[in-house]
Amino acid sequence: MDRRKFIQAATLSGMGLIAVGKSAWAARSVEPATERKLIVVLLRGAVDGLNVVIPHGDPNYYQMRPTIAVPRPGQEDGAIDLDGYFGLHPALISLQPLWQQGKLAFVQAAGSPDPTRSHFDAQDFMESGTPGRKATADGWMNRLLGNLPGVSTPTRAISVGPVMPRILSGHMATTNIASGAAAGRPGVLDRPAIGTAFSKLYQGQDAMSHAYRDAQQAHLEVMSSLEDEMRNADNGAPPPNGFPVDASHVARLMRNNPRIQLAFMALGGWDTHANEGAGKGQLANHLSPLGQGLATLARELGPTFDDTTIVVMSEFGRTVRQNGNNGTDHGHGNVMWLLGGRIAGGKVHGDWPGLDENRLYEGRDLAVTTDFRTVLAQVAERHLQLPDTRLEQIFPALPRQVKPLNLMRV
Amino acid sequence: MLAVFAAGTSASAMAETDWAKHHPRRHEVNKRLNNQNRRIHQRVRTEERIHLKRHFVLIVGVLACVIALPAPAAELTGQQRALHVLNRLAYGPRPGDVAQVMRMGVDQYIDEQLHPERIVLPASLNRQLANLSAIKKSDRDLIAEFRDAAKEAKQDPERGKQERRELVKQIALQTAAARLSRAIDSPRQLEEVMVDFWFNHFNVFEGKGLDRVLIAGYEREAIRPHVLGRFRDLLGATATHPAMLFYLDNWQSTAPGFKPLFRGGNKQAPSGLNENYARELMELHTLGVDGGYTQKDVTELARILTGWTFDPREGSFRFAERRHDQGDKTWMGHSINANGQAEGEFALDELAKSPATARHISYKLAQYFVADQPPPHLVEQLARRFTQSGGDIRAVLNTLFHSPEFWDPANYGGKFKTPYQYVLSALRASDAHVVNYLPVLGALRQLGMPLYGCQTPDGYKNTQEAWLNPDALTRRINFATALAAGRLPLSTIPDRDNAHAMEQAKNFTPVDAKVLAATLDGLLSEQTRASVAAADSRLQSALMLGSPDFMHH
Repeated sequence: MDRRKFIQAATLSGMGLIAVGKSAWAARSVEPATERKLIVVLLRGAVDGLNVVIPHGDPNYYQMRPTIAVPRPGQEDGAIDLDGYFGLHPALISLQPLWQQGKLAFVQAAGSPDPTRSHFDAQDFMESGTPGRKATADGWMNRLLGNLPGVSTPTRAISVGPVMPRILSGHMATTNIASGAAAGRPGVLDRPAIGTAFSKLYQGQDAMSHAYRDAQQAHLEVMSSLEDEMRNADNGAPPPNGFPVDASHVARLMRNNPRIQLAFMALGGWDTHANEGAGKGQLANHLSPLGQGLATLARELGPTFDDTTIVVMSEFGRTVRQNGNNGTDHGHGNVMWLLGGRIAGGKVHGDWPGLDENRLYEGRDLAVTTDFRTVLAQVAERHLQLPDTRLEQIFPALPRQVKPLNLMRV
Repeated sequence: MLAVFAAGTSASAMAETDWAKHHPRRHEVNKRLNNQNRRIHQRVRTEERIHLKRHFVLIVGVLACVIALPAPAAELTGQQRALHVLNRLAYGPRPGDVAQVMRMGVDQYIDEQLHPERIVLPASLNRQLANLSAIKKSDRDLIAEFRDAAKEAKQDPERGKQERRELVKQIALQTAAARLSRAIDSPRQLEEVMVDFWFNHFNVFEGKGLDRVLIAGYEREAIRPHVLGRFRDLLGATATHPAMLFYLDNWQSTAPGFKPLFRGGNKQAPSGLNENYARELMELHTLGVDGGYTQKDVTELARILTGWTFDPREGSFRFAERRHDQGDKTWMGHSINANGQAEGEFALDELAKSPATARHISYKLAQYFVADQPPPHLVEQLARRFTQSGGDIRAVLNTLFHSPEFWDPANYGGKFKTPYQYVLSALRASDAHVVNYLPVLGALRQLGMPLYGCQTPDGYKNTQEAWLNPDALTRRINFATALAAGRLPLSTIPDRDNAHAMEQAKNFTPVDAKVLAATLDGLLSEQTRASVAAADSRLQSALMLGSPDFMHH
């Protein structure tokens, strides 16, 4: 295509959107390229996966965790049985219906091939998609964006919160929206005189000017997608903050605005070195809003949930044995969660290595039998329909999974 | 002013040619080219990327070479040199600061800042600090108050909780007010910059349990006295402070199989190792993640540090012999015989003098003061000074502030301010007299950098990549506009019961655009100055404070 024509076309469509707002995309049929959605939730701080999807069928589990093991199903504060061997933490009760509908699955003993037990390196690798390689400049979701078919707008990939996560950083433009009640509220730049003056200041072709214009466009789209909610909120008390609120915003945005295809959210507070608790306690208190938020996402995405895959992951697991303070230290293998209408749900996937002493990684941690990239690659290829020739761009040098995984329904 | 617009995304794909390697102004020109390339990438990303991209990059890449070459690599002017030290060693200029630094000379200014004890604090600041009673209380008293409130909570949950919340709120607000008032008003600016730098390096999160009341003492006793002193002293002070022992759980790490004397039926009493502090001590505080230690070294260091705890009644460090692992250890190639607290002191000595630590600290200092990608030669230079001087922070900084890299025109105005630096520099530039710190704390929270609110031990980053994003930019502009219009209630504490104070709080005093323009003279690009001049006079201050130029330093 002639470059000038292309830019004209892009500019016109961009302007058109800004001018007519919500009605434009409400009237338009869903753009096929962005119909399939992906939401990634990163639990920063290493969630204790053995207390999320509990191997209650393994006696080693109870021996090695005398005060923090989640009791067997049927006992007080016990696990919710999944398949007779694994059980779900009772604080995740809100996800039980999705399991029963076959829209929730897990991959146990997943993780990174890199042995690091540093939170920051391990998160970095999970976001860059290149374990062991720190020089990678961009995040895998940004590379994914660049390789998916269709035209990208700055709101094709969004994240929630005041900083742009590594996973979305890179050449492709992405946007972040405010966390909590501030999302979708009008700001000073919505006042015409101020908006015009600043737009003149940021009219260049530099990074700052691009960020400014991306922000303006995203703001208009968010305001428009959330306007009903905002109007209601004005009448009563300010809406609460927290993961369920942000999840609700993301769901509404994705449902109302077909341009948004990828979303990323992060949650902290999982580094349970002391007083982790079992069926109740510190970990349970963090899992509960996470479960509620994920259930909210599923519900409020409405029919879009059937075209969505949600991946929940964390940088590494925690020691199989509890430590001296009724907590757990940094470990290795962990559980990955999958939700959505197209996943092969109702199943704990993966090759479970067990908790026998001689099967533990370095004598202390759950071994990794599934590379986290294998899971993500399958979601990219089979769900988002990434051409398989492009996979190398997202996850270079990805080793073949020895035992085949079938995470998506055929 | 080109460097001001440096993009913070990935390294450019541009390969280094012979020409680029041998050009006399190699560094600067390459940087400009890289910036150009980044911008081009940024532009391309919104378009279809297929065949279009290759031609476009090629054409503009050639143009970039042509444009970049004639740009002068001139030395900084006297005014720019003064602005540079005020931007990097301080939180930006206040009215009159540039002229004053130019009068005294930049070298003299640096020397003075490196010796804060020679600078007299103004009486007004001393008065302000004297009014903050909570920051002077000992850890012991604060813990006692915290525990009393906790006891109360057991008997009378409503009142006890209320009391504890009130106590914590007061301490938090006063601790923050002390930090911010010094950062804005203290003439010992470098000291304040280094308090923030080292607090962040040895980060402790205010929101974790007892740390709510320990933060003030941690900054006062473990950080502030050592910010320009010896690294080993700083390391030792943080390692033994209850705030750190509590935050990274070492206070309850014990020898495996340890049995407390009085278990009192509490099955949850500590018994065994906790690796948390030992790992972060090597990864974050000293050697760095690539410092050459193994999981075994983490576990062994945790054993060495068993028994490093604190007395909750006294609020002070205690070495608990009975909790200490009495076995011999092998750590980082050393065979260590059981020797009580001395084992841990030996480990801290070794960590403080390790070349990996010298490199790690030097890298962080160079990244903070010079450039997001610190010049490797400078890092080497600083690491050598660090080792030679026995970890003398003042000596290392002196080398840094007189290095050619620090004065390289390519690094002038090239750092993107963190939210903390941005908010403080805006308050200083507008000559704000802050009495009410709540709006300042609110702005920092909204911008993603709540004061004392970093949950994780790695602290906040200080690169453009970490902080420049669409939402942040909008929020900075919101803050700049409110500040410029005088709509932040900074000068009075809003008091709903006091109608007069409420009225006063509504008295907006906008920031005078002429005064602000004079303070920022030499800092704003021609384009920004033109946009400001063309705008409504009531918006001019907002535009200056919300400009891309002012967001860099």
